[in-house]
Amino acid sequence: MHLSHFAAVVLFALFASVVFGITMRDTPQKMLRYGAYCFVLFVGSAIVLSWVMYFIAR
Amino acid sequence: MATGQQKTGAGQAQNQGFVYLPLIVGWLVPGAGHFLLGKWGRGALLAASIVGMFAIGLAMQGQLYGNFKDILEMLGLAGDLGTGLLYVVGRLMGWGTNLVQVTTADWGSRFIVVAGLLNVIAAVDAHNLRTGRKES
Repeated sequence: MHLSHFAAVVLFALFASVVFGITMRDTPQKMLRYGAYCFVLFVGSAIVLSWVMYFIAR
Repeated sequence: MATGQQKTGAGQAQNQGFVYLPLIVGWLVPGAGHFLLGKWGRGALLAASIVGMFAIGLAMQGQLYGNFKDILEMLGLAGDLGTGLLYVVGRLMGWGTNLVQVTTADWGSRFIVVAGLLNVIAAVDAHNLRTGRKES
């Protein structure tokens, strides 16, 4: 199975966010919001760091 | 006063029996700790996430750690053991024994380790629900 960098990041973020959302909050609504928050932070930080490394490498 | 006594009574009732059962079952089988407590939806989501992450890690030719050669191997093994019976089945079936030679295989190893760590978090959550430390 050959995943692209981005696909691997998205899958990792998805699975980790589901577990974080369920375990760190009490109600379904809060779980959903916290899971979405974690997912956005995972993927967003990966994109930002990727661009930072791209410019450092040039 | 009466409310306090009711709360204490409810707490005692909640702590009856073997309170570590959801923790142990949840560690051995991802999501099973929540199933045991009747949290079917949460258990199913946790199981799908953890088993999915483990399976994708193996599909990416990730490695299952199995020795104590250096500190990184030991830490990897500790993470892998968090997957409980998935790790045992994987070792028995001979999965994850390939040498890591491509980048995706290295990511696969990380997926497996993180699946184990997430499973530990899920098992502790089941324990907290069982003891009443987490309300719902």
